[in-house]
Amino acid sequence: MAYSTNEMMTVAAARRLKNGSVCFVGIGLPSKAANLARLTSSPDVVLIYESGPIGAKPNVLPLSIGDGELAETADTVVPTGEIFRYWLQGGRIDVGFLGAAQVDRFGNINTTVVGDYHQPKVRLPGAGGAPEIAGSAKSVLIILKQSARSFVDKLDFITSVGHGEGGDSRKRLGLPGAGPVGIITDLCIMEPEEGSHEFVVTALHPGVTREQVVAATGWAIRFADHVSITDEPTETELTALRDLEARTAAAHGQAPGAA
Amino acid sequence: MAEILALRDAVKQFVNDGDTVALEGFTHLIPTAAGHEIIRQGKKDLTLVRMTPDLIYDQLIGAGCARKLIFSWGGNPGVGSLHRLRDAVEKHWPQSLEIEEHSHADLANAYVAGASGLPFAVLRAYAGSDLPKVNPLIKTVTCPFTGEVLAAVPSVRPDVTVIHAQKADRKGNVLLWGILGVQKEAALAAKRCIVTVEEIVDDLNAPMNSCVLPTWALTAVCHVPGGAHPSYAHGYNERDNRFYQAWDPIARDRGTFTAWIDEYIHGTVDFSEFQAKLAAAQEAK
Repeated sequence: MAYSTNEMMTVAAARRLKNGSVCFVGIGLPSKAANLARLTSSPDVVLIYESGPIGAKPNVLPLSIGDGELAETADTVVPTGEIFRYWLQGGRIDVGFLGAAQVDRFGNINTTVVGDYHQPKVRLPGAGGAPEIAGSAKSVLIILKQSARSFVDKLDFITSVGHGEGGDSRKRLGLPGAGPVGIITDLCIMEPEEGSHEFVVTALHPGVTREQVVAATGWAIRFADHVSITDEPTETELTALRDLEARTAAAHGQAPGAA
Repeated sequence: MAEILALRDAVKQFVNDGDTVALEGFTHLIPTAAGHEIIRQGKKDLTLVRMTPDLIYDQLIGAGCARKLIFSWGGNPGVGSLHRLRDAVEKHWPQSLEIEEHSHADLANAYVAGASGLPFAVLRAYAGSDLPKVNPLIKTVTCPFTGEVLAAVPSVRPDVTVIHAQKADRKGNVLLWGILGVQKEAALAAKRCIVTVEEIVDDLNAPMNSCVLPTWALTAVCHVPGGAHPSYAHGYNERDNRFYQAWDPIARDRGTFTAWIDEYIHGTVDFSEFQAKLAAAQEAK
């Protein structure tokens, strides 16, 4: 089946969620990928949203982090304070699944401002739950479309820490979680290099060249010694994704894929 | 004991110029009608607290009611930017807006601390983040038992909190369910609390362990069906996603925004007239 680069990104991200893992899900691309995982390879993944639903199994993707669909399909709904206090800070989250406006080579995330904080060029939405998800989840996956504007050499603002300045930064900061273990884009998969914790390309999506990745990265991106080619989306994966998007579009009155 | 009041009277009596005000509701149960009434009454110099400013604060900020915003995520969920918030931060229109920025975990903990009568909240947060560099109120505290360095943030203790909920009884006891966000904590952290509800009933018939706010912990209860629109009240109405999308072009431009406020807020006497006007406009399309 023919597929788009966005579909490849979502499918590749979904494959990273192990069945049975407990996942704290950000809205947008992470939520789409996490639900695709639940509908395909990982039926027993536990999805937690910061608004309060634990074990959410939405039939359509939520447009907001607090859609009623999440509450209705959850095992339980708890107050937002409890989500952050007992479930995240309490050490019960295996994977924090985040989006980002910008990332750097160490997987640090900016969702706050472009330009100076006090005189911003662009004011972004801000932190939300991400700083503490990035700090306390046992591991973190980041999903976003790749471009030189989003993969930058230096972030104007670190909203949520990845591997900080690299090396043993996280350890020195006293962060409990292992930090980001993968960045999944529409072009490739990056993973932190052992020791330096700098993100390097470990897999290219089918048909993507190294030159494309270099052009879409704002720092001098490096490639792992062995770069694999991502398996193409299967018919099962694509069908599940397209059905999910079609149900979502029908429910929210949007164009398919817009959610 | 909470008084059962018209929303107009509750806002008039209990929201003062210069107050610190929290209109809470995590996507669900956002007290939109109360936000409109605050604009209608021309309240000024408010310090607005809310985890997710959403459309309700975009409107209050654009209408010139706010001096300061305390928040943790300022977007139009699923749509994009809050243009009035951005215009105030980036271009100081209609006036400068001081911002005090936190994370969700921080503000949620700060409400818990406020409701608990504590001066600050402690949490494991912010290590490696630049937020403490731009918000001097985010400090650290060292655990006296383990030596661990943790984040310390001031509790949120609003002069007045406003929330929307599903049901009240005639004494003013309030029942809410679904996504609770920080509704209970925000209500109990405040000096005064106004609750707008979908309906007022003889008996709440609340199952054991339900989220019930007792009347004696509240100040006023107001009957405002649909008062969370375009947010929703679980079991009563659905989130109006199309309105969230329609808000984007309205708020993008100062002129269209001001015309909207004049037409729909200043041009209506209360929320039910607003709803009728909005429905008529949507039907005309």
